[in-house]
Amino acid sequence: MSSSGIYQVAYYTMMMNLYNAMAVRIQRRWRGYRVRKYLFNYYYLKEYLRVVSETNDAIRCRRKKIASHGNQRKALEEFAEMKEREEKKANLEREEKKRDYQARKMHYLLSTKQIPGIYNSPFRKEPDPWELQLQKAKPLTHQRPKVKQKYSTSLTDWLACTSARSFPRSEILPPINRKKCQGPFRDITEVLEQRYKPLEPTLRVAEPIDELKLAREDLRRKEWLRNVNDNMFLPFSSYHKNEKYIPSMHLSSKYSPISHKEQFRSEDPKKWICDKDFQTVLPSFELFSKYGKLYSKAGQIV
Amino acid sequence: MSQRQVLQVFEQYQKARTQFVQMVAELATRPQNIETLQNAGVMSLLRPLLLDVVPTIQQTAALALGRLANYNDDLAEAVVKGDILPQLVYSLAEQNRFYKKAAAFVLRAVGKHSPQLAQAIVDCGALDTLVICLEDFDPGVKEAAAWALGYIARHNAELSQAVVDAGAVPLLVLCIQEPEIALKRIAASALSDIAKHSPELAQTVVDAGAVAHLAQMILNPDAKLKHQVLSALSQVAKHSVDLAEMVVEAEIFPVVLTCLKDKDEYVKKNACTLIREIAKHTPELSQLVVNAGGAAAVIDCIGSCKGNTRLPGIMMLGYVAAHSENLAMAVIISKGVPQLSVCLSEEPEDHIKAAAAWALGQIGRHTPEHARAVAVTNTLPVLLSLYMSTESSEDLQVKSKKAIKNILQKCTYLPALEPFLYDAPPNILKHVVGQFSKVLPHDSKARRLFVTSGGLKKVQEIKAEPGSLLQDYINSINNCYPEEIVRYYSPGYSDTLLQRVDSYQPLIN
Repeated sequence: MSSSGIYQVAYYTMMMNLYNAMAVRIQRRWRGYRVRKYLFNYYYLKEYLRVVSETNDAIRCRRKKIASHGNQRKALEEFAEMKEREEKKANLEREEKKRDYQARKMHYLLSTKQIPGIYNSPFRKEPDPWELQLQKAKPLTHQRPKVKQKYSTSLTDWLACTSARSFPRSEILPPINRKKCQGPFRDITEVLEQRYKPLEPTLRVAEPIDELKLAREDLRRKEWLRNVNDNMFLPFSSYHKNEKYIPSMHLSSKYSPISHKEQFRSEDPKKWICDKDFQTVLPSFELFSKYGKLYSKAGQIV
Repeated sequence: MSQRQVLQVFEQYQKARTQFVQMVAELATRPQNIETLQNAGVMSLLRPLLLDVVPTIQQTAALALGRLANYNDDLAEAVVKGDILPQLVYSLAEQNRFYKKAAAFVLRAVGKHSPQLAQAIVDCGALDTLVICLEDFDPGVKEAAAWALGYIARHNAELSQAVVDAGAVPLLVLCIQEPEIALKRIAASALSDIAKHSPELAQTVVDAGAVAHLAQMILNPDAKLKHQVLSALSQVAKHSVDLAEMVVEAEIFPVVLTCLKDKDEYVKKNACTLIREIAKHTPELSQLVVNAGGAAAVIDCIGSCKGNTRLPGIMMLGYVAAHSENLAMAVIISKGVPQLSVCLSEEPEDHIKAAAAWALGQIGRHTPEHARAVAVTNTLPVLLSLYMSTESSEDLQVKSKKAIKNILQKCTYLPALEPFLYDAPPNILKHVVGQFSKVLPHDSKARRLFVTSGGLKKVQEIKAEPGSLLQDYINSINNCYPEEIVRYYSPGYSDTLLQRVDSYQPLIN
């Protein structure tokens, strides 16, 4: 019995080690990605510095050339030439891209072994240059639907968008005399009503959990805006003088009345797993939130 | 008496007047005559000649007055006090172009000396007439009027505002587009004087569409024109980020960089100033300048100039490096640090040295890589000597101290730090020892080098109060070495050894 227990423990340890090692690999990739995307990309910095030093060299070369010629007009001409060259290069690249895209779209016009394609007519001495382009092109696949990033919306946004405006509207209106679909289907207007019913959040969800705290912060902020003097109004004039208070014997002895917290509940800070206290939140009455809002007719109590 | 004889009298008088006025005008060109002329009361004599019937006499009298007023401000004040200005302004509107040129010359000569005199000119309503002169056909008249307006606007913001309110700016922008080079120069200089006082005035100049025309003129071969144009653009760009962005949008980069290696010193200086004013506002603008290759161009320009011409370039490198560490790294790879340390050691003037020290501090303060790049060029001892020397001005001392502190806090390049152990004053020594205490525990080669170069010995000799930060650093350095070595290098060890010899009982066998 004990021997199988040992094997089980060993197996368990081995599997956990494997999982941890795999998790390390995954985390390594993820952390690298996160740091490069959001914090600092070392390779981008190196690339940037390389480009800057290249530009510097270009400017220094040009300056040396211009200084040796000693003519300002040359500078103007060279500058104009440089701009022209860059523009031409950009144009050529654009043309190349366009041609490539077209070749990919028309790639089915390539000639096969049996049938020569339209660009490879047997009456011509040599195939049209497009033929070669088509041979090089990769077939165009369907565009994959772009995954739209879903941003988490807060409740108020959703509340705003379940207004009447957010009814889905297609570009063309539905026909006036829409023939009823044959079959045991419900009335279309009822279905649409039910489908696009506006959100009616429960009381528990409608207000934020720490609403009281937020309201207090809000009030404090407004008061700070409004008040001219930030110093707290002290209750009496010699408040700032910190005279040591001499407590009464009753309070200064060891045998003082114990606080209620200690009386009813013992706390051990060493055992706490996080340092935040519980939030006082009232639980909701689930029953009342379902009141009158069930989907089926059978449950219609009201 | 016959009619002819009567007329002859008048002719003689006219000839006398003409001769007098011409001689005075000629004498006024030489400075040594002017005192004599003033003592002889030439002002009161010239004043009625301004109202003379003969136009030539009027013009020459005005010219003579202008030359006199140009010389010093006492004479200019005498012109003002003599109520000559209203008369000039009145006749300016109706006379021919020679008179207009001469009268504008007088106004310019009076207005250039002080704000009060310029205010007197504004008070007598000269601005409107000068602006009307700006619309004249003759380019000489336009030039004289633009020059006068420029000198008036130069003094302070209120006078500039008065010039702008008179509607001068659109006309000056039109003047810039004229083909005559002299007119372009003067108009650019006037716009520069208007724009330099406040952002609102600069905005007015930009709204009149001046920036595009000024930017086109950067490539003009005339050096004085380029100098004025660059000055105007830099006065516009210095006030705020939006104005600097508008100047940049006029596509001055990379054309401005060709101006940086012009033969004329002032053109180089103004081009550096323009780039500095653009780069100082935000990191994005600095990045734009660096991407266009501005850092290398400015560094080369600093290398080819001497003295005050270098100052804007040095400040520009400091501003660029101050924005972010990537930009500071870009300045370093453009070989800026050797150039700046050359400036620091070569230049005789304190304010240029202070600027170079500040710029080096900004480059070196970001990360250990940056501090290492600065420390490798051996600038830290130079900075220390500048800080310690009693001849340096206070500004230079403060800036070099800050630069040393900034660089030291990040410096992990120990060979550069070692000289500091010997020379530095206590407040800097604290930082140096702190840096050693951070680097030594992790690097064994450095520890060995530290011992062999005598650094450990020096550290033991430092007296520090127990419990102070310096003592903590010294303790952490001592903890890196075995106890015997520490004791060996501590001062007075040879004495303790000798004492032990004295007190040793030899083993008698």
